[in-house]
Amino acid sequence: MFGRVYSSTLVQEAPEGFVGQAPYRLALIRLEDGSLITAQLTDVDADIEIGDKVEMVTRKLTTDGERGMIVYGYKFRPLIK
Amino acid sequence: MDVSIVGYGMTAVGEHWSRGIGELAEEAGQLALEDAGLGQVDALYIGNAYGGTFNGQTQLGSLIANQLNLDGIEAYTCEAGDASGGVALRTGYLAVASGAVKTALVLGVEKATDMVGPARVASRGVSLDADFESVNGATLAAMAGLLMRRYMYEYGLELSHFEGFSINAHRNGARNPQAMYRNRLRAGAFAKAPMIAAPVSLFDSAPDADGAAAVVLAATDVAADLVPRPVAILGSATATDSLTLQDRHNPLQLRAVKTSTDRALEQAGLSLSDIHVLELHDAFTVLTALSLEAMGVSQAGEGWQWARDGGLGIALDGDLPISTFGGLKSRGNPSGATGVYQAAEAALQLRGEAGDNQVRGAKQALAQNIGGLGATAVTHILSVSPE
Repeated sequence: MFGRVYSSTLVQEAPEGFVGQAPYRLALIRLEDGSLITAQLTDVDADIEIGDKVEMVTRKLTTDGERGMIVYGYKFRPLIK
Repeated sequence: MDVSIVGYGMTAVGEHWSRGIGELAEEAGQLALEDAGLGQVDALYIGNAYGGTFNGQTQLGSLIANQLNLDGIEAYTCEAGDASGGVALRTGYLAVASGAVKTALVLGVEKATDMVGPARVASRGVSLDADFESVNGATLAAMAGLLMRRYMYEYGLELSHFEGFSINAHRNGARNPQAMYRNRLRAGAFAKAPMIAAPVSLFDSAPDADGAAAVVLAATDVAADLVPRPVAILGSATATDSLTLQDRHNPLQLRAVKTSTDRALEQAGLSLSDIHVLELHDAFTVLTALSLEAMGVSQAGEGWQWARDGGLGIALDGDLPISTFGGLKSRGNPSGATGVYQAAEAALQLRGEAGDNQVRGAKQALAQNIGGLGATAVTHILSVSPE
């Protein structure tokens, strides 16, 4: 699934469960069907701009402690321009 | 039945490490009852957002009624995230307006400092969408960051264009003994502040705080017998938008703000030009800009212009005074209590009792409380009759 970055932010003050990943990029993505979706950006090397094309990938979102459940979900990564 | 505010009470906003939720509520509630000259009310409506997550405490109605020696009365919590205080006021208004109760105490209270750091950030995140936002690591500041970055992109703005909102808040908060951060903000400091969720920085975002505020409501026809200067509630309206930003047609349009503003003004029979004091939900500067646009004060893309020149136009002696006691940014944001602080501060302005923060000649005020990033908006229009 593909889309373009509608907006993004860099989360420095993270909630419990996400502290190990901070800082991380959270974005609103405009999908090809026109809908918006909230997701983290991943595999971002350089800076990412509004309008950049991204694709959905499956990634680990968080874990419930060392022995707890692992939560998987979708993130988006930049397409090579 | 018309409804008036006949008493108010507030605790200082800040970090009350040694006082519990019940003690904070007791102080504000007692001050409000004393101000109204009442020993008893018919009902108690609590505004509280995070008692369950911050404090592990729900059923605040019973807890606080008991603390105030109002044993046995109708009492319960009204919740809508950071708009909880506003919806509690709306609930109290409806109860008195309907004639179901003759007097009501509306009491907002929040005790945030029982938690610190990532635990508090996560606890506040329960007012976002759990399945589509929080699960991805979203926070309130992050969602505000998304709005702000898009707004800056669409209208070609820089960080410095927003600083006047924070400068104004701190300029007013510095004069308010109840405010949490009474420091002034120097021009230029805003754009250099540490980021929380870029472009939202520490100087852009309102601090979490402890505090309690209360107002006493009574039917307007008996209000004049109770106190010398009752404050009439001329308009009261709550509206909702989608909880997520992603489900909004245009996230930069705060539809709930527009709807609740329009309804409250229509009920009051007033227009924006009749409003002398604006207490807005300035949890983030972009929220102030977008609120001004949604209300119709500014055209789309122009709300930020009120921040020009250090916010001179929104100062106490400006064309449209905003956040007259420091707003959420400087007075502090005790989430579920914030909407009641706004109403109490507006009432102080209209009674002419605002001291160093007085807006001269203020006769009508608008107080607006927002939950999340505009998912709930509550607007109240208050007025005093000329002496």
